[in-house]
Amino acid sequence: MGQKSGKIVAVTGNEAVAEALRQVNPDVSAAYPITPATEIMQRFTAFVSNGKAKTEMILVESEHSAMSACIGASAAGGRVATSTSAQGLALMWEELFIASGTRLPIILALVNRAMSAPLNIHGDHSDGMGARDCGWIQLWSENAQEAYDNMIQSFRIAEHMDLRLPAMVCMDGFIISHSIERMEYLDDEAVKSFVGEFKTVNPLLDIEHPVSYGPLILTDYYMEYRRAHAEVMSKVKNVVLDVAKDFEKISGRQYGLFETYRLDDAEIGIVILNSAAGTTKDAVDAFREKGIKVGLLKPRLFRPFPYEEVGEALKHLKAICVLDRADAFGGSYGPLFMDIAATLFPYKEKPLMMNKIYGLGGRDYLPEHAENAIAELAEVAKTGQIKTFKEYIGVRE
Amino acid sequence: MSEMVEIRWHGRGGQGTVTAAKVFADACLSGGRYVQAFPEYGPERSGAPLRAYNRVSSRELRMHCPVLKPNIVAVADATLLDAINVADGTPDDAAFIVNTVKDPKEIREKIQARPTQKVFTVDATRIAIDCFGRPMPNSPLVGVLAKVSGLISLEQILEDVKKSFGKKFSQKIIDGNLEAARRGYEEVREG
Repeated sequence: MGQKSGKIVAVTGNEAVAEALRQVNPDVSAAYPITPATEIMQRFTAFVSNGKAKTEMILVESEHSAMSACIGASAAGGRVATSTSAQGLALMWEELFIASGTRLPIILALVNRAMSAPLNIHGDHSDGMGARDCGWIQLWSENAQEAYDNMIQSFRIAEHMDLRLPAMVCMDGFIISHSIERMEYLDDEAVKSFVGEFKTVNPLLDIEHPVSYGPLILTDYYMEYRRAHAEVMSKVKNVVLDVAKDFEKISGRQYGLFETYRLDDAEIGIVILNSAAGTTKDAVDAFREKGIKVGLLKPRLFRPFPYEEVGEALKHLKAICVLDRADAFGGSYGPLFMDIAATLFPYKEKPLMMNKIYGLGGRDYLPEHAENAIAELAEVAKTGQIKTFKEYIGVRE
Repeated sequence: MSEMVEIRWHGRGGQGTVTAAKVFADACLSGGRYVQAFPEYGPERSGAPLRAYNRVSSRELRMHCPVLKPNIVAVADATLLDAINVADGTPDDAAFIVNTVKDPKEIREKIQARPTQKVFTVDATRIAIDCFGRPMPNSPLVGVLAKVSGLISLEQILEDVKKSFGKKFSQKIIDGNLEAARRGYEEVREG
């Protein structure tokens, strides 16, 4: 093992995810088009039509039906995948809970897009954040390479015999889905053997062994059922780490529960998801050259959130700025901030924290936004004073 | 080559500007370089002004944001010079490539290029009509960009045009585009 059999290409994030799906070759897929995710299935169905994937495509009239068909196919005993964005994910909402509660390892590529209204097709995280607590695993991706790599790993994670949970792989709409970048494809055979044969668990189509799906469970056992789901979720992180270890053997690329960048000896830190993390890493380097000890943490496994590990990685900092590409309209902080705050609350001594909301509806996140946040953090660390706990940046007030 | 070259394209919807940025990125992959190509997405209307970007670097490209200080500005439609400031954010050593019948000196004056900035012109629309009968300036411009940037050879760019167009078009159209890229490379004028 340890060989790298990759092929260097310049492709969009959508193209990369479609290629991952072709290589995994699921049994069944049902999807409904929505910008910016459409291109994934446009390319994938072309693979199917040209005989390059053997997947059975199911024609549906909405995302609700798409997820319903995926649930049926998964319960029947197939390996199943789909993709969507924003309103499409929202229309799947009730089905998302049925997929996770029924413990069906469906894979969903979520191309993050702002929720309507007002109608906007561009990238922000309000769709994925809205579905963060529906019992699915969520992996978030910085660029096309990570989206592709996460997509391949997600099948192994979701289908693990200790889990059997659905998983969504998130990447930023347009910024990643429609931008061409250099990345590396793995060899078809390497992906095939990495993902392995699909193992069924109580398939509906095994008529020799009839089973019931979708039972009514009332006050007698519903709570035990939910408690059991939480127990399963607690096992996800170890599976994610084990799968990452195996993936490194075929790709040479390392993955964890989250990525840290120059964080170990840092005094101040930025926490940020997806594509904006890349832009921020360049700003971190620029400030490091000026002698400012800044680092970065980028969550990868966002659900279930690895609270203890993230808290451990951040607790030594003097000040943290969490940047959210989604707002929470409850008069509260952005969703990522709330999770990061929760990782640190058990500690007596903890970093000062502030939250910035950026990039809603695809508003550009520029190097200056990262630089301003780092400069402000350095000042906060020096004075111990925070001016504004929550602030909107890159916005006309 | 400096560590990173950033390119900003100005075109109008339907001129193949985004395709040009993609073809150029693909051609620059050789030599282990990192590339990006991405348009600015808005309402996609034929004829509406649009921007597209390239980054080419010997180091991994991590930033995901528009190009604000382009080293090279490529203008696929000279009527845009009246509508927008194509020189926005350009450094002193930037180069401009403009598709026009006009002389580079005239364009230099029009865009008020600084003396240290270079200005190139090419009649890419004429070349395209001559070579494949359609006013699509992208292939000649890709040829010009290969020359002005110095990032790739004419042979590399021709190879990539062949690969990119080969998936979609007839041999006649492919040959026309190859000829157009070659003529762009040869006919560009500096002033």
